[in-house]
Amino acid sequence: MLSFIIKRVAQSVLVLLVVGLIAFAMFRYVGDPLDAMVSIEASVEEVERVREQLGLDQPFFVQYVRFLQGAVQGDFGISYRQGEPVLDIILARLPATMELAAISGTFAISMGIVLGVFTAIRRDGFASSLIMSLSLVGVSLPTFLIGILLIYLFSVELDWLPSFGRGELTDIGLWETGLLTTSGLKALILPSITLGLYQMTLIMRLVRSEMLEVLRQDYVRFARARGLSDRAVNFRHALRNTLVPVITVTGLQLGAIIAFAIVTETVFQWPGVGLLFINAIQFVDIPVMAAYLMFIAVMFVAINLLVDILYVAVDPRLRNQETSV
Amino acid sequence: MSMSSGAPKTRFARAWDSDLAWAFRHSPIAMVSFAMAVILIFAAAFAPWIAPHNPFDPATLNLMNGFTPPSTPNAFTNESFLLGTDNQGRDVFSTILYGMRISLFVGFSAVGFAMVLGITLGLVAGYFGGWTDAIIMRIADIQLTFPSILVAMLIFGIATSITPVEYREQMAIWVLIIAIGLSDWVQFARVVRGATFVEKGKEYVQAARLIGRSPVAIMVQHILPNVLSPVLVIATISLALAIIAEATLSFLGVGAPPTQPSLGTLISIGQDYLFSGEWWILFFPALTLLALALSVNLLGDWLRDVLNPRLR
Amino acid sequence: MTLLSIEGLRVEYPSRHGVFVAVDGANLTVEPGEIHGLVGESGAGKSTVGAAIMGLIEKPGRIADGTIKLKEEVISGQDEEGMRALRGNRISMIFQDPLTSLNPLFTVREQLTETIREHLDVSSNEADARALDLLNRVGIPDAEIRLENYPHQFSGGMRQRIVIALALCSEPEVIIADEPTTALDVSIQAQVLELIKDLARERQVGVILITHDMGVIAETTSRVTVMYKGQVVESGTTKKILTAPEHLYTQSLISAVPRATTKLYRFPLISYGEREADFQIEQIKGNWQAEVSPQDLPLLKVEGITKTFLKSGSILPSRRQYFTAVDEVSFEIQPGEVFGIVGESGSGKSTVARVISGLLRANGGAVEFEGRDVTAAGRGVPEWYRREIQMIFQDPYSSLNPRMRVDKIVAEPAKHLGLLQGSALQDRVYELLDMVGLGTAAGRKYPHEFSGGQRQRISIARALATQPKFLICDEPTSALDVSVQAQILNILKDLQEHLNLTMLFISHDLPVVRQMCDRVAVMKQGRIVESSETGQLFDAPRDAYTQELLRLMPKFDSVAV
Repeated sequence: MLSFIIKRVAQSVLVLLVVGLIAFAMFRYVGDPLDAMVSIEASVEEVERVREQLGLDQPFFVQYVRFLQGAVQGDFGISYRQGEPVLDIILARLPATMELAAISGTFAISMGIVLGVFTAIRRDGFASSLIMSLSLVGVSLPTFLIGILLIYLFSVELDWLPSFGRGELTDIGLWETGLLTTSGLKALILPSITLGLYQMTLIMRLVRSEMLEVLRQDYVRFARARGLSDRAVNFRHALRNTLVPVITVTGLQLGAIIAFAIVTETVFQWPGVGLLFINAIQFVDIPVMAAYLMFIAVMFVAINLLVDILYVAVDPRLRNQETSV
Repeated sequence: MSMSSGAPKTRFARAWDSDLAWAFRHSPIAMVSFAMAVILIFAAAFAPWIAPHNPFDPATLNLMNGFTPPSTPNAFTNESFLLGTDNQGRDVFSTILYGMRISLFVGFSAVGFAMVLGITLGLVAGYFGGWTDAIIMRIADIQLTFPSILVAMLIFGIATSITPVEYREQMAIWVLIIAIGLSDWVQFARVVRGATFVEKGKEYVQAARLIGRSPVAIMVQHILPNVLSPVLVIATISLALAIIAEATLSFLGVGAPPTQPSLGTLISIGQDYLFSGEWWILFFPALTLLALALSVNLLGDWLRDVLNPRLR
Repeated sequence: MTLLSIEGLRVEYPSRHGVFVAVDGANLTVEPGEIHGLVGESGAGKSTVGAAIMGLIEKPGRIADGTIKLKEEVISGQDEEGMRALRGNRISMIFQDPLTSLNPLFTVREQLTETIREHLDVSSNEADARALDLLNRVGIPDAEIRLENYPHQFSGGMRQRIVIALALCSEPEVIIADEPTTALDVSIQAQVLELIKDLARERQVGVILITHDMGVIAETTSRVTVMYKGQVVESGTTKKILTAPEHLYTQSLISAVPRATTKLYRFPLISYGEREADFQIEQIKGNWQAEVSPQDLPLLKVEGITKTFLKSGSILPSRRQYFTAVDEVSFEIQPGEVFGIVGESGSGKSTVARVISGLLRANGGAVEFEGRDVTAAGRGVPEWYRREIQMIFQDPYSSLNPRMRVDKIVAEPAKHLGLLQGSALQDRVYELLDMVGLGTAAGRKYPHEFSGGQRQRISIARALATQPKFLICDEPTSALDVSVQAQILNILKDLQEHLNLTMLFISHDLPVVRQMCDRVAVMKQGRIVESSETGQLFDAPRDAYTQELLRLMPKFDSVAV
């Protein structure tokens, strides 16, 4: 088991190094970083001097190591567009994205699992057929369209909820939260639903098909043949086995929530890192893109590591692998 | 119960009598969604002949026609448009047809690209196993950790920044195809690899190896035809996802350029006018996008049920 | 008093092709303490009868008619709630595959106590005690410690014991055992059958033993019901059914069972039910007779081959663990001889076949064909050798490419090896299809249009297309029903006799080996423990392991009661 975790940690480090390489290559070779730092009138000598100062004349590998060193210490350079340190910009916007992702993630996972289990157990019922049909409409509606429709209905027509921004914020030290004021909470409702709905339908459909797969296994048939109640068969035997694959995909979906936050943040003008990233792409603000990439990579690697550990906790076959007797 | 009696059937009779065709003929949902998809694809393919206006020909545009509501004569020019006009006076119906063309072109090309890449890598990984498999699948795993929309955005971002400004608009569609395709190959590779792994262990493959057939011949002639049905399901679902991904990217302004607006671009334009009452500029492209994605998704869902009876 | 009785049971499955009647008017009775055998070939409906008793028929199937009574109480047609009160309580079931019958995520204790407390009103301590008692009763050593283990920590035989313990949780009156030993090796099968016999005798449990294996029937049951295509064709004491069957089907079934005692020239084929056209060997005999090797050499000589597989990988070569599947195996096969290899699963017998065929490369040792080394060349075996050998595989459902037309399948070896082309190839293919009794029209169909036995005939046609001298048969009939097996074995005997083919015959089935082989080698854990003339091996085995195998093998001629 320990070797399994060590393997996974090693793999995670490798992923981070590769993503770092991509980020660095972008940073270093897409356009000339000096263009953004040196004024146009600067002489050739002056440019060369800055180049040396920044170490840009060093071999590729040396520069890569220095980039990684910087990244580990949170130094991602200066944004081309805003002229401020990238780290400061990202840190200022992080709380907005985290709050949004946390709330819609909780919503998507809990509702997805509940509905998935329900539609699997009552697979021929009217309610589950209806839910399945609606879920197909759900996966056919792009996130941004859901957002626009919600805004049109609840902000424009009904005027119940705000259509953009985070509302009133409370500063709690490092973190500016919208969770403590009514207007902040109201502002969170529409973006969270927008972001969570699509993921919820995906999780639901996945849980359902995994659960149906498990319900067909011999050990479930044998459990029924032993006269166990539906309750015990469905919720003890089947659900526990369904959890193993569901954990993996839920981990992936958490990643997707952070990615799709970009779309939601754009629709709702939500001042998070996703909006920052999309602006960076449009304006080719490489340092911000590189930093966002590293940030996402760290997030995903952390989520996946957590998923692997959960896996081991759920499945005894991974815990003790001594040969059978 | 063997059915060996009787003469062999013709190819058409065989196809008509197959379980797939039978299931299709007995599923109203499959037939309706298939018809809807075919009509939409047909309309997009023949847009230049069907569309009443060419929205990209400035000569035919009249700014006075701007914001004409659907099927209502314009106050200044007295012209009438089935689905109204947008801010520049372009006929919404025509822009939708042309936009759908872009959306479908990108969708089909991206899925085709992802399919070729994914099937090839999946076959190779599944057939050879060992190190080859480990490397390919590790890459796939890592990429899978990153949501495809993000991968597509990154590829788009990088490609755009290395393309000289003057070529960006021209290249945008191709960059979009590669970005979406590259972000989607993993699904195909994983499924094909898994199926190849199973098929490889079957005795008909060993019979082919016994007589010394080459790995490529075995992969292409023997294994590939047997792994195609899950590929078909994934391809259909991927097409819906690719259309949505394209719309999303274009909506965010990192996709199709304004000179070649796709459905996503049209929705993004419409969004600006939704709140001032010109609902049709957004509503009809959005409805088309939904109809397209829904019909393809319904087909994919039905295909999965039929080809994978265990998953019903 | 009759424990369980079934009268006029009819089970229907509506489908696209109309209503399929899986069981049609079946009658059956079980007395307390009786082991009642339910036999039949695949598709006979015997498992459906078991599922019907349990009320576990999968939708859209349904019991259309008939009654099932447990001690005068009608139990068929009850609602789900009523059935659940019976299941696992008064009637229990044992499934075929112990590897998949247990939930992998729960310990043995959890699964046992859960079932005990579902049916008996006991405290958790009492349930624990009962769980321990049950494990002891089914013969699991160190039961107290093993209670806390997960299913994956047990071997196949042990898992089947746990499955039986689970079936015994609340002292059932009837146990339905659906092919309980089919997935197990001979030695473990004997132990599990002994356990079932003890239960029936000591606790007066009525057992319905569903099986296709006549040897198992002979050794364990007191009465037998024979089913064919959903109908009960005959029922009676085991002794009567096995020695003096009345129905034509039972007669042909019994006569087709291979015996371990005497070697028959050919299996008698009483025509009943589906039977293919005869095999027309004369058609190809004229232009093909595998010539005897010119020199006084063995046709095939295997010398000290060893094959290891990686068991657990590691980046460090020193930490990798290997498993030796074949360990220094040597033997010779003379021209025209049928050489058999028998062994239990994991003995390495199939690996030997794969090494000889060139599908696997050995780690050491050599294979010589007519005195020429075929393993020396770097990559794979030489092409001339590929022309001389062919193989017939175990599973007719996976040995033919489902997406390829039958004529292409049969033509592929001869075409690829450059032996025939164009119309000559076409003629050979149709000639062969005709010869194996399928007719030329079969060439334009796809494999799914044929039954298992017909597919195996296609496999034989494919193997003969290159006119090989040497044929490797890897468990060629173990996936087939007895009556079909008899037909295929007769074909192989014809080939050997008329075409002078040399064969390597791999099997786990001792009676089949007795019928087919001239000489036999017994393998155990990668080594040959004994090798001798077939008659001598069966009548006077020298090795202790061979003796054990022969003793445990269910014998057709030893009727239990």
